[in-house]
Amino acid sequence: MIRLEKRPQPSRAWSMATPLVAVLATMFFGGLLFAVLGKPPVEAIRTIFWEPLFGEFSFYYRPQLLVKGAPLVLIAIGLSLGFRAGIWNIGAEGQYIMGAICGAGAGLAFYPADSFLIFPLMVVAGALGGWAWAMIPAVLKTRFGTNEILVSLMLVYVAEQFLASVSLGLLKNPEGFGFPGSRNLQSWDSAHNAELIAGTGMHWGVVAALIAVIFAYVLLNRHMTGYHIRLTGEAPRAAKFAGVNPTRLVLFCLGTSGALAGLAGLFEVSGPSGQISIDFNVGYGFTAIIVAFLGRLHPVGILLAGGLMALTYIGGDIAQSNLQLPAAAIQVFQGMLLFFLLAFDLLTNFRIAIGKPEVA
Amino acid sequence: MTVPLLSLQGLTKAYPGVVANDSVSFDIGEGEVHALLGENGAGKSTLVKMIYGLVKPDSGKMLLRGQPYEPAEPRQARADGIAMVFQHFSLFDALNVAENIALGMENPPEMRDLAARIREVSETYGLPLDPFRTVGDLSAGERQRVEIIRCLLQDPKLLIMDEPTSVLTPQEVEILFKTLQKLQSEGTSILYISHKLEEIRTLCDHATILRLGKNVGECTPADTSARDMAEMMVGSSLQTPQRETREFGPVAMDISGLSVPAPSAFGTALKNVHLTVRKGEILGIGGVAGNGQDELLGVLSGETLTEADAVKLHGDPIGRLGPTARRKLGVLAAPEERLGHAAAPDMSLTENAMLTGSVREGLEKNGFLDWGATKDFAERIIKAFDVRTPGPGNAARSLSGGNLQKFVIGREVLQKPEVLVVNQPTWGVDAAAAAAIRQSLLDLAAKGAAVICISQDLDELMEISDSFAALNEGRLSAPREAAGLTVDEIGLMMGGAHGMEVAHV
Repeated sequence: MIRLEKRPQPSRAWSMATPLVAVLATMFFGGLLFAVLGKPPVEAIRTIFWEPLFGEFSFYYRPQLLVKGAPLVLIAIGLSLGFRAGIWNIGAEGQYIMGAICGAGAGLAFYPADSFLIFPLMVVAGALGGWAWAMIPAVLKTRFGTNEILVSLMLVYVAEQFLASVSLGLLKNPEGFGFPGSRNLQSWDSAHNAELIAGTGMHWGVVAALIAVIFAYVLLNRHMTGYHIRLTGEAPRAAKFAGVNPTRLVLFCLGTSGALAGLAGLFEVSGPSGQISIDFNVGYGFTAIIVAFLGRLHPVGILLAGGLMALTYIGGDIAQSNLQLPAAAIQVFQGMLLFFLLAFDLLTNFRIAIGKPEVA
Repeated sequence: MTVPLLSLQGLTKAYPGVVANDSVSFDIGEGEVHALLGENGAGKSTLVKMIYGLVKPDSGKMLLRGQPYEPAEPRQARADGIAMVFQHFSLFDALNVAENIALGMENPPEMRDLAARIREVSETYGLPLDPFRTVGDLSAGERQRVEIIRCLLQDPKLLIMDEPTSVLTPQEVEILFKTLQKLQSEGTSILYISHKLEEIRTLCDHATILRLGKNVGECTPADTSARDMAEMMVGSSLQTPQRETREFGPVAMDISGLSVPAPSAFGTALKNVHLTVRKGEILGIGGVAGNGQDELLGVLSGETLTEADAVKLHGDPIGRLGPTARRKLGVLAAPEERLGHAAAPDMSLTENAMLTGSVREGLEKNGFLDWGATKDFAERIIKAFDVRTPGPGNAARSLSGGNLQKFVIGREVLQKPEVLVVNQPTWGVDAAAAAAIRQSLLDLAAKGAAVICISQDLDELMEISDSFAALNEGRLSAPREAAGLTVDEIGLMMGGAHGMEVAHV
């Protein structure tokens, strides 16, 4: 009989190895899936993982890695703080949208002024927009004990409606021939989140993501707030005994994750995307949840996981066009990654034992 | 001599890194009350688990009435007439007594018939119990009765009882003993596990003493002094805490007219609690578990906020201050539940040292944590309180209960509290460590700290307390000087006298 036995201490080795093992298992079973679909499995895996980095067109794909990875990392870092404390913000997508709308709106209010102050103002407005949107579930939770998972998730759909509304109304480009969507910020220097070094994909969002990683690392390892976050997640009663104020912690965690998601939205709208439009959001806020867990809620892990996730996105796109893999197969492939990660994660705290149980 | 009921011959069981039982042999006769005596970690639990079929011995054999006996699982042990009452109850709070008992049976009869049988057994053995009461509303003593009746319904030949009196009031203990004596007179053998020597002396015919997995001696308890038995158990002379006569200082902690509603459906409301404790004084608070101990600790530690004036430190109201602010003022606490309340299981000892030490040990500056100093603090605790662990980097859950308890108490004591509140400071701790913990509380009081010790171990309270009060259903009796209190008076203070009767033997 095969059983799981709880380890006396979490295994460090497994904790480190799990993501790697999960990626390998995903490659193997993903390959099987592709083979069943009648596509060459090795070629498909190579296309997904190798092509974007070292393939013929990698000069185009590599910058895309940063562009796609930065918002994922930025959002995931914020989410991980809450997740560590058992506070579940599932609505980063909505906060991302609201950050973009507020940031872009704050900038467009000054159109076509030319000032170096406009972009920083947009950054602040973007963060505030995301923060405010996250404060709704936070305040409802602390005041009335509502479930933050449900409230934050439902607010995503409210934000999407809001996005459609401003695209068609408040922020609509007056010179846009009646098409929905705002002015393109890329063509307005004061508000453009341009590449810092041309051709690298390196924009302010990437910088912000790296700063967030460092900030989160220091917070969790060196600061009282981070210690309280970890303590609350591991033993809520011990946290209360230690003097943690749960209300403040909920406000801090949801607020921070909202602000970071808002920032991600702002950097996206003022940079790679360029304008507010009905289909502005592409699911970064939800994918970031996967990234946060794939990175084991650890800042450095999230940085790597964000890169890996961006890689599978870009590689998946290439595989779709080059090998005619269906989009659904790519999604299954990405889903497998999270599935295997969570499955192997069990081995950090448990070991597999074969034989009859000693103690019932 | 007749064939003994159960004969253990050379039972050995090793776990990785430790030999839990090393060739243990002894016999239990028919109708004998046999004591199994030993410190925590001496191997008592492993031994009874082998008898009950939960653990398979590595070597050695057991004979039941002369026939080889190798239970593969508890069900088989029960079929052979062996029943066990565990130290920790396995009952569902939300179900009633009869439902709980039915859950443990292979072919439960109709609920009405079962209830009738429960009534019958409970009357025969003097264990009053209403089969239709919800278990969540029962006291610990009553819950134990459910477990005992569950066993008696199987009509066992051998009843194993693991530390049955640890949760009972003196009156309840008396009732339990009457029941056990009645069982014995009917020919049932009892294997009685305890480290309370006086109990064993009154109840048991024969005692086997285990130390570090080995059978180190047998005796007839009635003819052996408690001190001799304790020395066999510990292997060295017992260190009895020494009390010096002390002068008390001014009142340190003062609680007046404190009422707090129950935190949950199965919690206890505190009702009009008054207490004062002076500098240098140890106030012992007795009472059966679940009568408001946790809630009282919460009020003192600052986890539960009250009206400002209800809790006063040196005359200043602190009822609205949280745990951190109270620690700053010198009010420290060590809760009963070690894993999950006093310490975070998966965090290292260093991180757990930070949990309460950050303020008074200066481990935090402007919100930033000084892990180096925290590690030093953790190492100091480990050294001063002889915590057995490879190092401060180990997770709290990897420590044995007793060692973690030493760490938790040490963490507070080393912070030089003005007022220290402890709940069950020596629960599950071996005798030597318990003596060390008690001594540290006495030393602390000698240096002028006020100590409030909440405990269910009356011997412990009598040993260290200057004054004594008891909690009963959230009410605290008026504190009295501990010297000169008799066991009967204490029992009455604990208020455990209602709803009980002695078995009609």
